[in-house]
Amino acid sequence: MIKHVDKYAAKNFQTDQDVRWCPGCGDYSILAQVQRVLPELNIPKHNFVFISGIGCSSRFPYYMDTYGFHGIHGRAAAIASGLKVARPDLSIWVATGDGDGMSIGGNHFIHICRRNIDVKILLFNNQIYGLTKGQYSPTSEFGKITKSSPQGVPDHPFNPLLLALGAEASFVARGLDREPKLLQQIIRRAAEHKGTAFLEVYQNCNVFNDGAFVKFTEKETKDDNVVILEHSKPMVFGKEKDKGIKLEGFTPVVVSLKDGKHSVNDLIVHNEKDTMLSFILARMSNFPELPRPVGVVYAVERPRYEDVVTQQINDSIQKQGEGDLEKLLNHGETWKIG
Amino acid sequence: MTKQTKILDEVTIRFAGDSGDGMQLTGSQFTNTTALLGNDLSTLPDYPAEIRAPAGTVYGVSGFQIHFGSKEISTPGDTCDVLVAMNPAALKVNLRSLRNGGIIVANKDGFNDKNLKLAGYDKSPLDDGSLERFQVHAVDITKLTTLAIQDLGLSTKHIERSKNIFALGIMYWMYSRPMESTINWIKEKFQKTPEIVEANIRVLKAGYAFGETTEIFLARYEVEPADLQPGRYRSITGNEAVAWGLLAASVKSGLDLFLGSYPITPASEILHELSHHKNFRVKTFQAEDEIAGIASAIGASYGGAIGVTTTSGPGLALKTEAMGLAVMLELPLVIVDVQRGGPSTGLPTKTEQADLFQAVHGRNSEAPIPVLAACTPAGCFDMAYEAVRIATKYMTPVILLTDGYIANGAEPWVIPKVESLPNIPVHFRTEATDFQPYSRDEKTLARPWAIPGTPGLEHRIGGLEKEHITGNISYDPENHEFMVKLRQEKVDRIADDIPIAQVDGDENGDLLVVGWGGTYGAIRTAVESKRKKGKSVSHLHLKYVNPFQKNVGEILKNFKQILVPELNLGQLAQLLQAKYLVPVIQLNKVQGLPFRAVEIENKIDEILK
Repeated sequence: MIKHVDKYAAKNFQTDQDVRWCPGCGDYSILAQVQRVLPELNIPKHNFVFISGIGCSSRFPYYMDTYGFHGIHGRAAAIASGLKVARPDLSIWVATGDGDGMSIGGNHFIHICRRNIDVKILLFNNQIYGLTKGQYSPTSEFGKITKSSPQGVPDHPFNPLLLALGAEASFVARGLDREPKLLQQIIRRAAEHKGTAFLEVYQNCNVFNDGAFVKFTEKETKDDNVVILEHSKPMVFGKEKDKGIKLEGFTPVVVSLKDGKHSVNDLIVHNEKDTMLSFILARMSNFPELPRPVGVVYAVERPRYEDVVTQQINDSIQKQGEGDLEKLLNHGETWKIG
Repeated sequence: MTKQTKILDEVTIRFAGDSGDGMQLTGSQFTNTTALLGNDLSTLPDYPAEIRAPAGTVYGVSGFQIHFGSKEISTPGDTCDVLVAMNPAALKVNLRSLRNGGIIVANKDGFNDKNLKLAGYDKSPLDDGSLERFQVHAVDITKLTTLAIQDLGLSTKHIERSKNIFALGIMYWMYSRPMESTINWIKEKFQKTPEIVEANIRVLKAGYAFGETTEIFLARYEVEPADLQPGRYRSITGNEAVAWGLLAASVKSGLDLFLGSYPITPASEILHELSHHKNFRVKTFQAEDEIAGIASAIGASYGGAIGVTTTSGPGLALKTEAMGLAVMLELPLVIVDVQRGGPSTGLPTKTEQADLFQAVHGRNSEAPIPVLAACTPAGCFDMAYEAVRIATKYMTPVILLTDGYIANGAEPWVIPKVESLPNIPVHFRTEATDFQPYSRDEKTLARPWAIPGTPGLEHRIGGLEKEHITGNISYDPENHEFMVKLRQEKVDRIADDIPIAQVDGDENGDLLVVGWGGTYGAIRTAVESKRKKGKSVSHLHLKYVNPFQKNVGEILKNFKQILVPELNLGQLAQLLQAKYLVPVIQLNKVQGLPFRAVEIENKIDEILK
């Protein structure tokens, strides 16, 4: 194993494959931000593995010059779990989408979160099925007209952050494809986290669901509709930094900092380690009148599955000695003939 | 009075009682003692499907059958010679497996009104003449047990619990077995509670003495040692043997073992067993579902471990898509299917052989996977080991079929010497120059195993069709056909790397009985019996179902007729006919039960009349 780490640049992580996403797709930005962050992590290139399922997002590994594994629909988290448990030395990333990760792969998603296996999960959420050309996804909004819902989507959507928090993920964050600098910061935080790191990225599908996140990404509207989360900082937002979020009981409400009734001291101070707050923040996306929180919602440390497994192996070896096949086959009741 | 002693060459005993009566323990003690005496033997436990069925009911009956002898023993026995019945329900459930003239030892105290009613008897079968065709010995086992130990101050519950040991004592006397092994076991097991040690030893001796002194038993029996291969033996079940075979392959290959598995009857014991051997660095991952079981194992294999997933039929169905992925990725993987009665949930605790088609063909498109089948409990060790050898050498998933019958059944096993196990050489690619992920070994057609963490070998794999050599995605029509054929060819070539098939009996003749998997014992017993009577019949048992061994076609041609007994509707029969264009006669049974040797004998008689 090479200890020395080469100095990489983003281009070292680019492959010779033609990128086949539609021109204008939000996936390009996510790819670029990941390629910019990886060189800074001080991890040898050959120790990165990108694993995906099926869907537009899942083409991701082909464009990363690392080890890459394009799996089957929904199973990336399960494949990654096995690899990480077998090989805790690797830096393992899952690229998935709202269909792949929340629908067919929903079960594996919640279980990797609860086990806290150290895998970084990037969920490209475009709220539509792109690769199969435009059916609604489990994150599509209620009532949306799509190819498979001519009278409107009849199901209530998943809230990916709430799902991850409900499964007690130890790191939960949200980013935007159109905010590259912020996205890089969050990717870096995810990379450094010890445990399952879940990052939902709002990603525009300009072919089948164009403009889904326009409120949060366009210059004119984004400041009034996005609150950027910073640990220990009060939740201030707005073009003029003149609005904030205050808790009334457990309900977040928007208050004006200009009306003389409220000051910064009334606002929620973000605390990444506050479990109850994380649920409140995650639920804000269910209310269109509230700004959308972006950044690290939740980050706590708890034991990683693979560390516990390693510990159990070490304990067993300490107690029973290194496995001895001869001893195993001959232990307990045996008898001799002849 | 002196009692007459008769020499027998084989005996089958079934211990049956309520789930709480300790029948499994009684059976395994009798088994250990019998093994130490040098008899050949085969055993089969028969548990109720319900976890805690109500006491005294027919649903709660637990049985343990042992067949032992001075001759070769290949099955747990078609019918039993002796039935030990601790209550009416045990008698009712097991009576049909007792031969005419067989011996019943019944715990008379267990045949009270309440238990008779629970078992659905109007009056006691011990008194109403309905058991006339058997030799019935009704013994006050509970009462005699109590008398033996009532001065020890134990609770009624503790006293009641020892009654199985009294029955064991009677059986030890009846079949001239020494008590030492069980006495030593009692001393060891209960060493913390001397009064329990004392109680159990007294009860065992009381049972033995009861046989000797009372006049109800007119005869006792002896079964002389069998002519067994010399060596050190142990008893092993099929599921244990699979687990140990995998561990042995891990040790000999130097690969870490990773098991991704979801609990399912009757395969769970493999997961249990491996989870107890973490000092071998085995990692057991109890997955959230069957799919995650195989997907995690594929992930582990990608990382350079030997990935294994264990399941039964319904689980194999769920793993189907991922098996296809493993075919495409060309990574080593072992999939163990402990078959049970189906379809759907079917008969979870019963045996069947009906997943053969699923194993050989059950995937979308052309997705060839080598399929192995273990024939006996101990044989599971060798086939699990072989599965790892083939998987790593050919970079392919391998399916190992066993079944509920051999998974739970036990037999004596000559413990192999570790150094005599074949080597499993494994090579990870490290050379970066000229690396191509889908280049191939000329002989095996295996692609290189290039694991993450190796500098300079960064590459991408996946379920999309690969371009030959480079492994890049390719939709080229000619390339696709080429790759489909190449993957098939790789599996076909395994036939050159496995032992040729051996016929038991003559190389040619009137009839060849062809079996696979867990029917080995019954077919062997049947064919041997007919051969002794001068019939021209031989036995071929297949451990390799895909590909078949190279000489199978030749062997089939040397016989006038072919009989294929299977616990399904004729799946091997169809595969053989399709490949070798030979007519075969089928013998099929799908009752969730193994074949009885006599069923096969009758069919042989019918064909060779």
